[in-house]
Amino acid sequence: MASLRDKLRALALIGALAGLAMAPAMAGQATPAKGKGDKCVEDTDYMRRNHMELLKHHRDKTMHQGIRTTRHSLKGCVECHASAKTGSVAASKDDFCAACHAYAAVKVDCWDCHATKPKAAQAAVPGLSALQSGGQTQ
Amino acid sequence: MSEQNRTENTDRRDFLKVSAGMAGLAVAPGVLLYGISAHGRAPDEPASAKVRWGMLIDTSKCADGCDECTTACASENGLSGATGPQDSQWIRKMHIKNLQTGAEHNVPMLCQHCENPPCVDVCPTGASMKRADGIVLVDRHICIGCRYCMMACPYKARSFVHEPLAEQNPEVPRGKGCVESCTFCVQRVDRDETPACVEACNKDGHMAIQFGDLNDPDSAIAKAMKAYATTEVRADLGLNTGVRYQGI
Repeated sequence: MASLRDKLRALALIGALAGLAMAPAMAGQATPAKGKGDKCVEDTDYMRRNHMELLKHHRDKTMHQGIRTTRHSLKGCVECHASAKTGSVAASKDDFCAACHAYAAVKVDCWDCHATKPKAAQAAVPGLSALQSGGQTQ
Repeated sequence: MSEQNRTENTDRRDFLKVSAGMAGLAVAPGVLLYGISAHGRAPDEPASAKVRWGMLIDTSKCADGCDECTTACASENGLSGATGPQDSQWIRKMHIKNLQTGAEHNVPMLCQHCENPPCVDVCPTGASMKRADGIVLVDRHICIGCRYCMMACPYKARSFVHEPLAEQNPEVPRGKGCVESCTFCVQRVDRDETPACVEACNKDGHMAIQFGDLNDPDSAIAKAMKAYATTEVRADLGLNTGVRYQGI
């Protein structure tokens, strides 16, 4: 009996060790690209768990009340997290949003409507810049 | 001429230069103010019911063959600009003719941003909604694409997106399966700019469209509506539209 218990214990230990050994490998599969800034608008741990709540809360306030703060806006996320390679957050499987969502098997439909790329840098309003330069040269 | 006089002359020239520069600077904010309402609000401040955004369209100034408003709308909101039965059109330029008198008018037709919008009445999910400042919008997050609002709208102002879209304007999310219509370029209004169609029409020199706060008696649009006879399309429905016409 004792030897059987020892064998079981050894098996459990092997199983646990195998689990531990696999954990980093699994975690390594979802490595979203780094954002542009030094740090995110909230702590990374908090964002991993709660980004969807922040986005939903912000979307309702923007849509229904016209509140357009940038801290928790989806547009802000995209501007910072768009990858250098594709310029997008969801164009390839390595891009910021796609990487984790593929790993966690959570399908999002944000990108059916929202742009996955930041707005291309636009030239200043021509009339305005002409006015300003006119004012300076006078 | 003495040395002293020359110095004075130089000073005066400098003074004139500086004055001219100041005048130039003073003009620039004045011109900027043209597009800015007195209702500028902070980004964290919700839209207020004290404001009611409205539009006044002078059909006599709407020129034949001009499509500035429709193209500006398409480029601002990421529409294709096509006018087929399945293409989104947020503003349509209509040509109407009175068969009895022969009088012809160009009438840009868009969402009329009613005070009592039928689209909001019939929406089963609450996706069709009117913001506090009178702008009628579709919340695509809860729109199920039933198109009841399209049937209810007397102005045929709404469109349905039939095909998947890509490369949207980040400020104007839109996608397949949702109903959409003119938003008065709400993203621009929220940062104190006028809608794209108004800007394009003014830039082109037609000045056919005015945009502003109907509740503010000092706004240009309220003054114009006080001074001239304006028309509400289908006034018999009692919707109290935010878009009014002059000249029809």
